[in-house]
Amino acid sequence: MLNAVDREIPEYLEGYGKMKLFDKFKEGSVKDLDRFQDRLVYPNRKKIISSIKRAVEAVGLKDGMTISFHHHFRSGDLTINLVLNELASMGFKDLIVSASSLTDVHAALIPLVREGVIRKFETSGLRGGLAEFISNGMMEIPIQIRSHGGRARAIVNGDLHIDVAFLGVSSCDVYGNANGFTGQNACGSLGYAKVDAEYADHVVMITDNLVECPNIPFSIPQNQVDHVVVVDKVGDTAGIMSGATRFTKNPRDLLIARHAADVVEASGYFYDGFSLQTGSGGASLATTRFLSEKMARRDIKASFALGGITGQIVKMHEEGLIGKLLDVQSFDLTAVQSLRKNPNHYEISAAYYANPDDEGSAVNQLDVVILSALEIDVDFNVNVMTGSDGVIRGASGGHCDTAAGACVTIIVAPLLRGRIPTVCDRVHTIITPGKTVDVLVTDQGIAVNPLRPELQERLMKSGLPVCSIEDLKERAYKLTGVPREIRVEDRIVGVVNYRDGSVIDVIRQVAK
Amino acid sequence: MDIVKTGIAGTLESSDLMVTIKESGEDGIHLELKSTVQQQFGEEIKEVALAVLRQYGVKRCKVSIEDKGALDCTVIARVRTAVSRACGNVKYNWEVGR
Repeated sequence: MLNAVDREIPEYLEGYGKMKLFDKFKEGSVKDLDRFQDRLVYPNRKKIISSIKRAVEAVGLKDGMTISFHHHFRSGDLTINLVLNELASMGFKDLIVSASSLTDVHAALIPLVREGVIRKFETSGLRGGLAEFISNGMMEIPIQIRSHGGRARAIVNGDLHIDVAFLGVSSCDVYGNANGFTGQNACGSLGYAKVDAEYADHVVMITDNLVECPNIPFSIPQNQVDHVVVVDKVGDTAGIMSGATRFTKNPRDLLIARHAADVVEASGYFYDGFSLQTGSGGASLATTRFLSEKMARRDIKASFALGGITGQIVKMHEEGLIGKLLDVQSFDLTAVQSLRKNPNHYEISAAYYANPDDEGSAVNQLDVVILSALEIDVDFNVNVMTGSDGVIRGASGGHCDTAAGACVTIIVAPLLRGRIPTVCDRVHTIITPGKTVDVLVTDQGIAVNPLRPELQERLMKSGLPVCSIEDLKERAYKLTGVPREIRVEDRIVGVVNYRDGSVIDVIRQVAK
Repeated sequence: MDIVKTGIAGTLESSDLMVTIKESGEDGIHLELKSTVQQQFGEEIKEVALAVLRQYGVKRCKVSIEDKGALDCTVIARVRTAVSRACGNVKYNWEVGR
């Protein structure tokens, strides 16, 4: 048989099988000349689409579908409200909103829940008006809480199928090559968005900063992107800080931080080439300062720091104390700038960061993680989700992911917050199971999980004030009195997934 | 002791409370509590405040407490001060204790 370019090809060949003949372009041009003509007439059209409405029509969004967002702008996020208000005016109903997290600015979505536009939220966390609305049982379907690693796992293995991802980015070209660390309204790493972009059926980029093609370096490549929509403003850079990442002057936090650094030093995992992650709470951040001094003094350098990257961590990197930064989320503007300029400050996806199905995920290579807690109970279970009134006001984040992965998981918390004891009999909501938590550092003593006797021995040898967690609880209760349990209704308003997708706890409606 | 005027003590700072004690036309003590730790410690705060009023022999008054997570020792001190002021008693008897 002759094919389209006049070569003799057998119909069947042993060891290959049936031969499908090249039969393209029998007549006319091999190439698509119309497309070339278009390029001359509309040099900037490409995947650009004039409005969110037209992008939504183009991807064929339907009622009941799952749409996703990232939260790299934190409180400065404008994309979620913008897109959902547009979808509401287009008449969509029953949408499932799966965001890597939600914040106080998303109280603006309450009317859309009432109107039936949004049927369900899936998120890492929730705060402010929307959190109160849901805690009070105003939503028919409970929200689903996933950790950052748990969400990545669910997306990768198909538990969480995303129909359309709407991703706000501060820099994008006409084909969709995008990053978050350049442009007026930069948010830094797009770590959470990278997973959505890779696995969603359709990806719509939303940007306020269209740049020359190809946009290099890009965090999300064009081949994952369907459409690009240009808007006036994609997010507010100032909102990513949210006051969370300043150095504390609070003497109690500093005391806790000093002890936490002592614990790291005595733990046995403070060696040249160790790795660390710190949370963004006051005491956790301050720990980096005391740790820096110890590292300089003993000539110890960290191989990498992971996670939410802060200005303090960047400073240690630039001083040569930390070799590499693996950044799934940039916590402040210093981190954003560093991601842009420091070659060893590297952007990673949430799956690389913490997918529990991946043995090599970065959390599994952590020596030390320092995390905060709203409550911790005598079994070391940690609550970072519900406040002392039972209302949702926090985020699962990477808490349980890093706790499970790190060799030494340190929780830093004051023994009391006002009259509320941080150490208690039973936390209201379990986010991180106590069996993955190793040390609790408070301003009034240090407790080691009985599952880690070798750690306890090392800390005691170093002369640190170690006691049992029951002692800490008793000490707290002596000052405050025994707290009554928070009253709740039977109705479940939130389901908390552990990182493997199982249900570790439920959140019940607060009592009327 | 009789309440003769409005007595106020405390602040609305975190870990403090503001106690206002006023005259009342009716018998008995009418206590209103707003607290950031209402669920965990609301009842305990009320009991502690009422105990102080009993010690001072107050039979009729209106008490409103706005609590920001104060410990019992603070609650006792603020209520004593407010009662003393409301009774027009400038000689505080700090020896009255539990």
